[in-house]
Amino acid sequence: MKIIIVDDEPLARSIIREYLQKYPELEIVQECSDGFEGVKAIQQHQPDLIFLDIQMPKINGFEMLELLDERPAVIFTTAFDEYAIRAFEAHAIDYLLKPFNQERFDKAIQKWRDQAGGAQKNTNELLETASQSPSQSQRVVVKTGSKIKIIPAQDIFFLEAADDYVKVHTQEGSFLKNKTMNHFEKTLDPQQFVRSHRSYIVNVQQITRIDPYEKDNHIAILKSGGRVPVSRNGYAKLRAVLGL
Amino acid sequence: MLADLVLMLKWFGQPWEASLIDSSISTITLVLLSLLIMNTLRFYTPRRERYVNILAWCLFLMGIWLAFSHWLLILAAGHFEGYRQFLKSSMPVRGSIGLLILGCIALISVVWFNSEEQKQTDQRKTDAEKLSKEAELFKLRQQLQPHFLFNSLNSINALISIKPDEARKMVQQLSDFLRGTMRKEENLFIRFSDELEYLKLYLEIEKVRFGYRLKPQMDIAEEALSWKIPALLVQPLMENAIKFGLYGTTGEVTILLRARVIDKHLVVAVMNPFDADMQMPEGTGFGLNSVKRRLYLLFARNDLVEINKEKNSFVVVIRIPAVEEAIEASRAATA
Repeated sequence: MKIIIVDDEPLARSIIREYLQKYPELEIVQECSDGFEGVKAIQQHQPDLIFLDIQMPKINGFEMLELLDERPAVIFTTAFDEYAIRAFEAHAIDYLLKPFNQERFDKAIQKWRDQAGGAQKNTNELLETASQSPSQSQRVVVKTGSKIKIIPAQDIFFLEAADDYVKVHTQEGSFLKNKTMNHFEKTLDPQQFVRSHRSYIVNVQQITRIDPYEKDNHIAILKSGGRVPVSRNGYAKLRAVLGL
Repeated sequence: MLADLVLMLKWFGQPWEASLIDSSISTITLVLLSLLIMNTLRFYTPRRERYVNILAWCLFLMGIWLAFSHWLLILAAGHFEGYRQFLKSSMPVRGSIGLLILGCIALISVVWFNSEEQKQTDQRKTDAEKLSKEAELFKLRQQLQPHFLFNSLNSINALISIKPDEARKMVQQLSDFLRGTMRKEENLFIRFSDELEYLKLYLEIEKVRFGYRLKPQMDIAEEALSWKIPALLVQPLMENAIKFGLYGTTGEVTILLRARVIDKHLVVAVMNPFDADMQMPEGTGFGLNSVKRRLYLLFARNDLVEINKEKNSFVVVIRIPAVEEAIEASRAATA
């Protein structure tokens, strides 16, 4: 069985390594000190289980998981994080609050073995809950090729539904993110991002004008020149947010 | 007052009309001058030894008032029989009354505005004390509890089996640091060197946690060490820089603390690397805002904190004035 540890503090990785000595069948294939390394290592090794810290440089543990197409089973390790713990309680296989002892660690390993198979579903729901934390609603982390990009929310022009993904349009082009429109409507600041249409969410600060379009509909023209469809319902919402 | 004056002048044998004109002009001009005095003193409160200036000023205004009202009265009531003679003989009396009134107004204004200012100073002082208490609490809550404390304990836990000596050392450092934070701040001002010791302790602990990634550098001028600074002022800046630097970038993080005495101010700069792509991490605002606010409350100045965000670095510069007076004020307050 392959294990990967992702934590930015060397000693935090060392204690997990120590506790794992008891389990010769569990092999640590790599240790990573941030989410970027984590994504690479997980794609390369396809581990059976990862130990994942939440607060890490640049992208946090949840954002790292979002970037993976195939997610391994995860045992979270964290010192203290209100939002994370709420998410763990509901959906994680188990989570370890630092500092933890061998006994508690063994229990987590046992839980993982008992639950093997159901992990994938758990992780999706967990990420949904975790992304409601304020720090994560201010940005979107996407993967483009082998590169990872952090897009601050205010740099987003608009979002467009694209099958199972959402297309995030920005100055530097558009990026796909494996989330739903409902997810973004719920997490982004509603004073700045308005669901103008079933398939569109627009950043109101980017809108220069709103023109009538076909029968009952409108179209929003952005500073960038982009055009975003506005439904009747969306038109009412836009006007309310803009105060016009 | 106007009515009294009319009756009095009538009693001196002046016709009703002349009395009325004289009273109105004298009273109105005097009221206008009083307003002028009040308004001036509101914005300019003289030092104690300059009070004689106010007297001179009142004399001067009284002269102007006499000349002006005399000219106006001749113009308005000069045609009444015997009025010119009466006006001339009453000038000294008018002068002394005018001086008395203007003097009283000036005195009341000085006392009133002084006490207002005193109230504001007192308010500022209590606010400053309150805020330093809040900063203390905030430190306990934000920095010790969640990540710092638990992660430090986790590091100790790991060290126990691999490097027991270092584990013991870190327990000691953590305890010293905790004690420093919980210590009551009876003295609002401490030597910069004391704050520096405290900072070093904090950095040592963080270095154990983050290993090679954290590279603190200190560049402190000799004269800076004895400078008196508000307690726990620089520490939040350092904490911000570390959090921002370590979680906002990957790889090595150099945190630079530089201190110099420039133009009778202790100038402290804290610099951390910065990635322009990143959003400000949560909660970075509070540390800086509370430092800004505390400096304002202590020195009544808004220009003591400066933030320079450059392409790859984030620098916070604070300037702490010489605080002889502030120290005395805070001693008086605690005594």
